Amino acid sequence: MIFEYAPAPESRSVVTLRETYDLFVDGEFAPAEGGEYLTTLNPADETKLAQVAVAGEADVDRAVAAARRAYDTVWSRMSGAERGKYLFRIARIIQERSRELAVLESMDNGKPIKETRDVDLPLVAAHFFYYAGWADKLRHAGLGPDPRPLGVAAQVIPWNFPLLMLAWKIAPALATGNTVVLKPAETTPLTALVFAEICQEADLPPGVVNILTGAGETGRALVEHPGTDKVAFTGSTEVGRRIARSVAGTDKRVTLELGGKGANIVYDDAAIDQAVEGIVSGIFFNQGHVCCAGSRLLVQESIAEELLPRLKDRVAKLRLGDPLDKNTDIGAINSAAQLERIRALTDSGTDEGVERWSPACDLPSTGYWFAPTLLTGVSQAHRVAREEIFGPVLSVLTFRTPEEAVAKANNTPYGLSAGVWTEKGSRMLWTAERLRAGVIWSNTFNKFDPTSPFGGYKESGYGREGGRHGLEAYLG
Amino acid sequence: MAERRKGNAGKNPGKGAAETAPVPGRLAVRKTYKLYLGGAFPRSESGRSYPVTSAKGDHLANTSLASRKDAREAVVASRKAFGGWSVRTAYNRGQILYRVAEVLEGRREQFVAQAVAAQGLSRDAAERVVSAAVDRWVYYAGWTDKVAQVLGGANPVSGPYYNHSAPEPTGVVAVFAPQDAPLLGLTSVVAPVIATGNTAVVVTSERAPLAAVDLAEVLATSDLPGGVVNLLTGRVGELGPHLAAHADVNALDLTGAGDLAAEFEETAATTLTRVVRPGPEAGGGEDAWLDADPGTARMTPFLETKTVWHPIGV
Repeated sequence: MIFEYAPAPESRSVVTLRETYDLFVDGEFAPAEGGEYLTTLNPADETKLAQVAVAGEADVDRAVAAARRAYDTVWSRMSGAERGKYLFRIARIIQERSRELAVLESMDNGKPIKETRDVDLPLVAAHFFYYAGWADKLRHAGLGPDPRPLGVAAQVIPWNFPLLMLAWKIAPALATGNTVVLKPAETTPLTALVFAEICQEADLPPGVVNILTGAGETGRALVEHPGTDKVAFTGSTEVGRRIARSVAGTDKRVTLELGGKGANIVYDDAAIDQAVEGIVSGIFFNQGHVCCAGSRLLVQESIAEELLPRLKDRVAKLRLGDPLDKNTDIGAINSAAQLERIRALTDSGTDEGVERWSPACDLPSTGYWFAPTLLTGVSQAHRVAREEIFGPVLSVLTFRTPEEAVAKANNTPYGLSAGVWTEKGSRMLWTAERLRAGVIWSNTFNKFDPTSPFGGYKESGYGREGGRHGLEAYLG
Repeated sequence: MAERRKGNAGKNPGKGAAETAPVPGRLAVRKTYKLYLGGAFPRSESGRSYPVTSAKGDHLANTSLASRKDAREAVVASRKAFGGWSVRTAYNRGQILYRVAEVLEGRREQFVAQAVAAQGLSRDAAERVVSAAVDRWVYYAGWTDKVAQVLGGANPVSGPYYNHSAPEPTGVVAVFAPQDAPLLGLTSVVAPVIATGNTAVVVTSERAPLAAVDLAEVLATSDLPGGVVNLLTGRVGELGPHLAAHADVNALDLTGAGDLAAEFEETAATTLTRVVRPGPEAGGGEDAWLDADPGTARMTPFLETKTVWHPIGV
């Protein structure tokens, strides 16, 4: 190495942490009736960031009632144009406070500041802008001449993109005239609570947005609450199944964005350097905490020997460490529990005989860390090829023919995403047509945009978020 | 319906016939009602059948009582047919659906008589139902090559990417056909499923299954590949649990599942199978299905949206 990187930490001074955060119900912050709090940690150094209230059933009742009242008295009766203006206003405030939000997100989640700053926050604002413009144009959305909101939406989101998932859920719900009760993940509640402040700052009518913090029990109480008309969930397939069961036989509409085990297919004619970059962003973006991660690399056998050393060279250059350092590529694993799960699944691979490789990589002594890892010699029967690891771990398989690539890519109960790398357009389209997945990235990976629908086939869940398609989930 | 006709002894008297009992004339050929599986008409592997009666309670025929194994085989046949059917051009699928309408039109007398006998409809009402069923096939024939344009399109992403979304069939759909609308209701739930490139395993109306078996003959002679539609005459309560739990079924239309709909939806959650709950038409007769413009509501639940990204550059 010719020179060393000097540390380039982003300042934490833009964030003012409160010691305690309460629930956001009916436009006000109020403590949970049970008086219980949980602690949210910085996963990069295990320091305590803040305490947040744990909502119980009574709090869920209160939030749902507030959302219903806001729906009946204000939000569903307001013209689309006025609703849209609120969303535009929120989008602008997010842009104005984006540095604060990006830093806070990195602190609470462990993801690198360059991702929160350059990916998460711009997309969060863009989602509110995009759906703001739909609010007065719903009759033109192709969903019938008089599309109506559903009512109160119960929304539960995960910890991997806390604020982005909030935007994916809240923006279309509000644009279509629904009111919401949202529960962020227990390990990453802080940016949602700042978003609550933004709702106040925007003078959003009380009760239109309610934020309940808590863990699994809070989420369950919210999803199963009889006073809600719609459930929107992003998270694990296991919880998704439970939600699908719980709404069976009710009138509740439901959309689920669940797990994935995305295949990234590299043909022998691919531009190798670009493919290597795509493989890296496919699995190491956000520490691999991405449901659509390209966690199964399928390399055409004839180029495997050429590609793998180049991939390893590239992975060895990734910088792992302080999420607030602007040079950091790989941040912290979000929680001790997640780190444990990544370790257990990766170890199952070595137990089953796959080869494991990580670059020489010093892990910080405190916090939750996992070095970027490649598993080679993987077959379709191995657990690491079948189960979602949700961490920076890539399983490498090979194939000989396009038919074999497609068969292996589709050999999973999931169907969220896939990648295709080839310089030949006809081969790209042939492959994309046959892949059973909701998003196909060709010669690119992990791209998102508010105008572009996102969602899965098969056990990756049902419904689409984003784009015109995302409106359908909130209109009857 | 197939009824034994009285001999007409006076018209063509045989020698000596006058002295004894009249010689019977032509004996009508009764129809054996079978399943429709993979393009063939087998009996149930279980060897079982059940009696079907008219609206007034008269015996009409015995029809096959499909078993769990028949249902499994129907799923296998559907899966096998899905590969070929889903990749046919939309134009070709439209041609075949229109052909179904043509063949059904040609047999309208049979279906009108059937509806009068089996459902107790007036002749006028039966005519209306059969006409509407023909028209419904025409309606969906016209959708096959338009649905992708209406539901999909280019997404104006903020970056140098070509990005488009298009709908694709979800796969094998298990359809519980409406109980009291055995022809128009059946057509209304099956046609949208196959128009969009899915294949179907259909549990027909339990009480009035004969129209479905007659429709199978229309489908079999309309260039529709075997296995695209498979019809099981039998009991929802017996076949349903297996179809709802079957991991190779991608979607359930619970329209005709009645009280069991919630239970099937719960079962389907295990594999995150797409579910269409019974709508307001579910409990009605054929009239409930007369709407001339059903829209896209019965197609979208069985479509997945696939979005493809590609960089733009030179």
